[in-house]
Amino acid sequence: MPANAFNGRTDYGIGIGLRVPHYAHILEHKPVVGWFEIISENFMGGGGRPLEVLDRILEQYRVVQHGVSLYFGSADAPDREHLRRLKALVKRTRTPWLSDHLCWGSVDGTYTHDLLPMPYTLAAAKRTAAKIRQVRDYLEVPLCVENVSSYAEFHVSEMTEWEFLTEVVERADCGILLDVNNIYVSSKNHGFNPYDYLDGIPHHRVGQMHIAGHTKFEKYLLDTHDHPVLDPVWQLYAHATRRCGVTATLLEWDDRIPSFDEVHDEALKAREFIAEAKARKATPVPRARAS
Amino acid sequence: MKDAVVRPLAAGDRMQRRWTDGRPMAAVAAEFIKPNDRLTAFDRLEIYNRMYWFRIIDCFYDDCPGLRAALGERKFSRLAVAYLAKHPSRSFTLRNLCSRLEQFIRAEPRWTAPRTALAREIARFEWAQTVAFDEAARPVLDPAELGRARPARLRLGLQPFVTLLALEHPLDSYVIAVKKRDALRAEASNATTAARHAARRHRVPLPRRERIWLAVHRVDNRLYYKRLEAPAYRILAALRDGRTLARAVAAAGRGVTAEQVQNWFALWAELGWLCRRK
Repeated sequence: MPANAFNGRTDYGIGIGLRVPHYAHILEHKPVVGWFEIISENFMGGGGRPLEVLDRILEQYRVVQHGVSLYFGSADAPDREHLRRLKALVKRTRTPWLSDHLCWGSVDGTYTHDLLPMPYTLAAAKRTAAKIRQVRDYLEVPLCVENVSSYAEFHVSEMTEWEFLTEVVERADCGILLDVNNIYVSSKNHGFNPYDYLDGIPHHRVGQMHIAGHTKFEKYLLDTHDHPVLDPVWQLYAHATRRCGVTATLLEWDDRIPSFDEVHDEALKAREFIAEAKARKATPVPRARAS
Repeated sequence: MKDAVVRPLAAGDRMQRRWTDGRPMAAVAAEFIKPNDRLTAFDRLEIYNRMYWFRIIDCFYDDCPGLRAALGERKFSRLAVAYLAKHPSRSFTLRNLCSRLEQFIRAEPRWTAPRTALAREIARFEWAQTVAFDEAARPVLDPAELGRARPARLRLGLQPFVTLLALEHPLDSYVIAVKKRDALRAEASNATTAARHAARRHRVPLPRRERIWLAVHRVDNRLYYKRLEAPAYRILAALRDGRTLARAVAAAGRGVTAEQVQNWFALWAELGWLCRRK
């Protein structure tokens, strides 16, 4: 569904990540952009240039927060200082929703700064959902959890990743940030059909989508966010849009970042698939006649 | 899994072949990770082990260009691994990764000898830059309030983004020279071969000993280094440490005129350094 409870009932269209190499271009030329996604942790210091730039961006643009260290899947309780700073940022940006990943990455206060895969067990789903509810209740903003790319699977897993994702979001009553590139990367690394993944999730909970590029190594794919989106990922995005409806879409390009125009043009390719999804919805499927 | 992910890499940036108890790492990984048709459990865990170290080493390199120039690549790389193994990130942000580096260098001088004293100072200086970049700013003190206050009772604060440093080396000049050289190298990457070789060979001379007093701060959200006279440094340090205005001014010592002190305070007020104490 486009505007829904998990994206604050907004219809934001196509956006790109707000990245340092593009600051000067954006502030000088003020290009038309649907929205920007910011990495929350980059703006949670107390002051200085990051917040100065953010405030100038907020004067002209819509901004949505995306985090990388809430670690909903970690056993540690949420860090109170982290939550306090995050809530202050939520008030500053007036983000209509906030997202972070379905992963773990911290143990006993030590952070790996990576998005480590979960064991897909019912116990893990229950614990993760409880943490999501706790964080959402404190932040008072709709939450979407993102599926990650992964390179390892665990013997203890009891279900598929998409079954686990569904279990978590239903128990937490939260949204999904559906990263179709991550689905593709994980499908190649683990040998599942990515379309089974797309068909197996609660579509009404998708509040946002991510698209991105990746890198192919000899024996695995790596989620590098440093290339244009590859065609198989666009096809997955098209299918996701048909199943979920036209949803706020964000292109991630985080490394070897080209010019603003190149990144924005790549993001706008999503229009083609959005138009196709809308056309399919507008064309009624004929009812089968009784013989 | 976390302990395996954060364990230092072996030679060739590969995961270590043996676990801490001597067992083959392949067997340890296979206990909890499934292989697939292309990668063993060891291979799959190694992806995360390498990504962790590449990520934090990259961050360490970005935050410490002066230290890297002073120690040289090999010694700097060994220091990075030793420090990050002992002090993994304890913060949700990588911004704080080097917060304990000076303390580590002091505690384990073998990684920086024979330049330990210099290395400690550079670590303090480079951390001060991180603080200046995005530390909070408190409301600036109203000069009128300063004029009304009783010096014997007034306690001023120093902005959290200002770091005072008493140094034995002119690190401001040194780090500026290192950054210029690094910028030159980046530009030369597309230049002619001769220009690239010239950029690589250019080594910034290590700073000679020279006592300086420095404030690392920001103005209009740009990073600055300001040299201070010793008495001015002593006043600012006293204010930072919670002394009253009267006692802070007295800390300047003899030979300082009232006009000098007035001019210093006027400048610090203009720079926005002075604030109410928290």
